[in-house]
Formats: sequence, structure tokens, C-alpha cells
Amino acid sequence: MGNTILEVKNLKKYFKSPRGMVHAVDGVQFSIERGQTLGVVGESGCGKSTLGRCVLRLIEPTEGEVFFEGRDICKLKKREIKELRKEMQIIFQDPFSSLNPRKTVLEIISEPIVFNKLMPGASRAQIENRVLELMDTVGIAERLINAYPHELDGGRRQRIGIARALAMNPKFIVCDEPVSALDVSIQAQILNLLKKLQKEMGLTYMFITHDLSVVHYFSNDIIVMYLGQVVEKAPSDVLFKNPLHPYTRALLSSILVPKVGGNQDTIQLRGEVTSPIDPPDECRFAKRCDYRCETCEGSNPPLVEVEENHFVACHCVKPGENLLKKSGAVSAS
Amino acid sequence: MSRGQTETIVSRKEGHSATLASRKYKKKSAFLESWNRLRTNPGAMFGLIVIILMVLLMVYSFMFITEEDVMAINSANRFKPPSAAHPFGTDSMGRDLFMRTVYGTRYSLAVGFFSVAFGLVVGVFFGTLAGYFGGWVEEIIMRVSDVMASIPGMLLGMVIVAVLGPSFLNLLIAIGVSNISGFIRMSRASILSVKGSEFVEAARAIGMSEFRIAFSQVLPNSVSPLIVTATARIATSVLAAAGLSFIGFGVPVPLPEWGALISDGRNYLGRAPHLTLFPGIFIMLTTFACSLLGDGLRDALDPKLKQ
Repeated sequence: MGNTILEVKNLKKYFKSPRGMVHAVDGVQFSIERGQTLGVVGESGCGKSTLGRCVLRLIEPTEGEVFFEGRDICKLKKREIKELRKEMQIIFQDPFSSLNPRKTVLEIISEPIVFNKLMPGASRAQIENRVLELMDTVGIAERLINAYPHELDGGRRQRIGIARALAMNPKFIVCDEPVSALDVSIQAQILNLLKKLQKEMGLTYMFITHDLSVVHYFSNDIIVMYLGQVVEKAPSDVLFKNPLHPYTRALLSSILVPKVGGNQDTIQLRGEVTSPIDPPDECRFAKRCDYRCETCEGSNPPLVEVEENHFVACHCVKPGENLLKKSGAVSAS
Repeated sequence: MSRGQTETIVSRKEGHSATLASRKYKKKSAFLESWNRLRTNPGAMFGLIVIILMVLLMVYSFMFITEEDVMAINSANRFKPPSAAHPFGTDSMGRDLFMRTVYGTRYSLAVGFFSVAFGLVVGVFFGTLAGYFGGWVEEIIMRVSDVMASIPGMLLGMVIVAVLGPSFLNLLIAIGVSNISGFIRMSRASILSVKGSEFVEAARAIGMSEFRIAFSQVLPNSVSPLIVTATARIATSVLAAAGLSFIGFGVPVPLPEWGALISDGRNYLGRAPHLTLFPGIFIMLTTFACSLLGDGLRDALDPKLKQ
């Protein structure tokens, strides 16, 4: 326990909308150990980015607690939050809008240092050396120091975004789909870079993505989100070997396998996603689930530990028994 | 090439302190890029040249034309048509119209510049607040701005001048105030289009305050439409000033503001048309030039047209 860097308890974020409250994040719990990576997976609109921003308190959570190194950051005052920002940073999805188009690479990377006075008394040249050092760490050539973002390609921009986050010397970084806007070849480079940085600097990541193949490579633990809730939580290998929740299975079966005839038994999800606006008390996945029964429409299943460290929120999966296989057979016939 | 390399090696040895890397590699100036695009636009260049000529005329008038020159009455010389001695002819009191028109440049250019600058500063400040913070701040600012916009500029100017009394400074204030609401709307709209970007969130993540983000991160990214509006506004402001002076609400009578000159000359339209013609041409040229330049700037600053 002493090595837990981040612990989130019953975190909720509701947005007001004309038709009611949108339950973007609804009662999420997890914790991350120092130096590890937590993967957060889910389809678009399931609240994973909102979760990431709530954890950093870039948006105010509606309810719940976020403990960072033992302190509840939801109760911190403005000044204390400014201090906290040095510890927690974020890398954004879209490298084309995450960099200010009017600033040069030097200005973008040095901004956090200058603004937070991280190098008190340092001369311009010393700050610039630090920027060059950071550029070297993330693999950008020194000659690009005065370039504007629009002169660079997506991969380089994303590296600058990473350098900007590293400039604060953080311990914890939320990676909000850092590679989903990039070409596949560049994705691998950026992922390798993130891995290298983690090893060298002992960083802890919360890695948000919708791409399961990425998250397998990257994470120690994975949580699968559906409509603002965690439906399954397990160590990466366990989740990939033995997915229990029907939604996780569908997600896993959607990974493309480079093999002739390899993708034949894909599980196709049908039906529409339940509206996140004031959802009724039923399993949120029930409408698209092949295994649904009356219990599923009766109440929202809690997250239960089925095996060691493997949590599932499904009425059909309980410790020691798995009804899915049986009822799956029934629905198939 | 080899010299550049030795420099790098030397600076490495001294720990970068000798040559700053940022000095070694050139910045691609956004200003220069826009200027190169503006240069190829003949209309905009025409506008720019006319404006520069007007400014030169104003400088000339400050250096060589005194107030006595333009006020001196010479009853023997009334209503002379244009000639070598009096390029624009003389008016009903025998004063040289060329000198008066050139002397009047300062009023129009001052109105154009200062009233727009006033409207720009005040309008952009409130527009940025409204656009970035939203909520009740936006509601209040935008409703006040709507009220201001609903009163015709000319009428608003007349009311302000009527309350404060006719003087050049009051004319500036009157037109400046009528410029505010346009800038509020313009800056709010362009702030709205920028504030959702992720770099705003990145600034928040390094701990910047909202106020600082609004003015140091968001606002600089929405200046292009403001520059364009400002240039176009100069034209309408010059026109409004001439209009107010024409009906007697602007620069006090004997001073040669262009609108006042036309107003003076309209009584003698049949007898001495040059009295209205020359100041009229000056007003037209100035506003036309500003509009052309504004259009050119809009094209030059629009990043979507980048080739």
C-alpha cells in the first residue's frame, strides 16, 4: 500500500445538459502503484478522457476522492494545486491543437519552467540548456528550437508535447490517447519513447486509449470502461488471457490479427449505446449484451473480485462460476 | 559550413553559454510571411501607398503649414478656381483650399487612428472576458454591447458630443465609443473559436491562472480578425467624423476638418464646385484605401490560404 501513488475512490463527474445530467464518470475506483502503468480502455464517449482530467483536477469532479501520494487533491486550495501541477502532468491526444501555434518550440518547452520558476535565478542560457536537454531526451534535433509547431510533423509535435510535460519533472503523467492521432510507424516510436522515459525517470502513467493492442504492450493493469463505469479490472496478461465481461470480450475480439482467416470469430456488438443522460438502474451494457437476462435489467452490477486481482461488474460472472458460457450456448441455439 | 561546425563545438565545450542555440537557428517570422502575401495583392498595396501618402501629407502640414496660414482671410481672392498659385482654388473667404485640405489630414487620420485604438483596447478587453469566461460575465457584457450596437453610430456620436460639447477630443471619444461594440463581438467570436484547443488545457496543466491564459495564450491566437476589423473600422470612423463635422457636431467651424470643408462648400455648389470636390476626394481616397488594405490583410493573415 505504501507504494501507491494514486488512489481514486468513487469518483463521479456529471455534466449538466438541457435534458438532464450526463453521467460522464460514474463511481470509478482504482489505484496505481509507483512506476507502473494503468491502461484505461473504452470506446469513444465512455468518459475515459473526463476521468483523466478529473484525476488531474483540470475539471472539478462532482463527487469522490483522488489521493495523490496520500493527499486528497479534491480538497486542495488554488495555490496548493499549482504546486501539485509540478507532480502531475498530461500528454494530449491531438498534437495539432495541443501546441500554441504562435509559440516556438523553445517558448513552448520553457514556458512551464519560467512560469513556475522551476530554475530560480537561472539565466536565459541556462534555461535554454535545460530545453535542449529535454529536446534531446525526447529526440528532437537541436536545430528545431526556433521552429513553429506548424512546421513540424505529428510525431515531432507529440515529442514536444512530451517534453513540455517533462519540463515540470513530474512523477505521474496522464497520457490521453497520445498515439491515436499518429501514423502506425510513428506510434511505435512514441510508445518506445514513453517506455524509455518511464524506465529512466521512474514515471507512473495513466494510459488512456481505445486501442487494445497498444495497451497490452504498455500496461501493468487495465481497466475497461463502459458508459462512465469500470466493467472490468485486471492485470494486463490476465485480462487478455481470460476476459470475463461480455464487453471486454467484444473489444478483445475486435483486435486485428495479421493472419489469414484470423478474424473470423469477431463478436459484433449490436444495438445502440445506452444514453449517459440519467441512466436507469440497470446494467448499462444490457441493451447490447448477448447474455442479458432479467437480473441485468433489474440493477446495475457492482464490481466484484472474481479471481485474485480480477474484478468484473456483471451479473452473470460471480466468483467460482461463470454463467456466460452456458447462457452463451443458449443464445446461440 | 565548417565555421558553423567549429562554433558548435566551441559552444559545446563551454556548456552552450557562448552561443545560444536560439540565436543560431533562424525563426521563420509569421509577420514576414504575411507581408510577402500582402505584397502580391495590388489593391492592398494601392491602399497602403495612399495611406502612407496621407501620413506624409500630415507630416508636411505639421512642418510647413501654420494655423494662421489656413485661417487668413483674403476677401480679394474669393472663389478662385484651381490655378498654379492655388492648386485647389480658394473658398468663400479667400483661404487657400489646398492648405486647408492638407491641414485637415491630421484630424481625419487622428480620428481614424485614435478612435479605433480606443475601441480596440476597450472592446477587446471586454470581448476576451466575455468569450473566455462565458456565464454571467458574458451575459452582462454582451447585453450592454447589444444596447450600444442598437443605437446608430452617428446618433450615439451626436448624443455624446451634445452632452460633452463640440471639440476635437469629444469627437474622438464619441466615435471611439461607437467602435467598442463591434470589437467586443469580433474578439468574443474569435476567442470562442480558440478557447477549446488543447493548448489551453496544457496551460492550465502547468498551473496558469484563467485570466492569464485568456490574455497570454488565447488572445494572441485571435488577433488576425481583429487587425482586419480595425483597418476596416478606420474607414468608417473617418467617414463618421466627416459626417459629424458636416452637421456641425465635430471639429469647431473655422478649423478645416474635411467634413466641415464640405459643409462650408455646399452653399456654393453651383458657383465653386471645387470647394466640395477636393475634400470629398480626400475622404473617399482615405476610406477606400483603408477598405482595400483591410481586405488585403484578411487574405494575407488567413492561414487557410497559405500556399
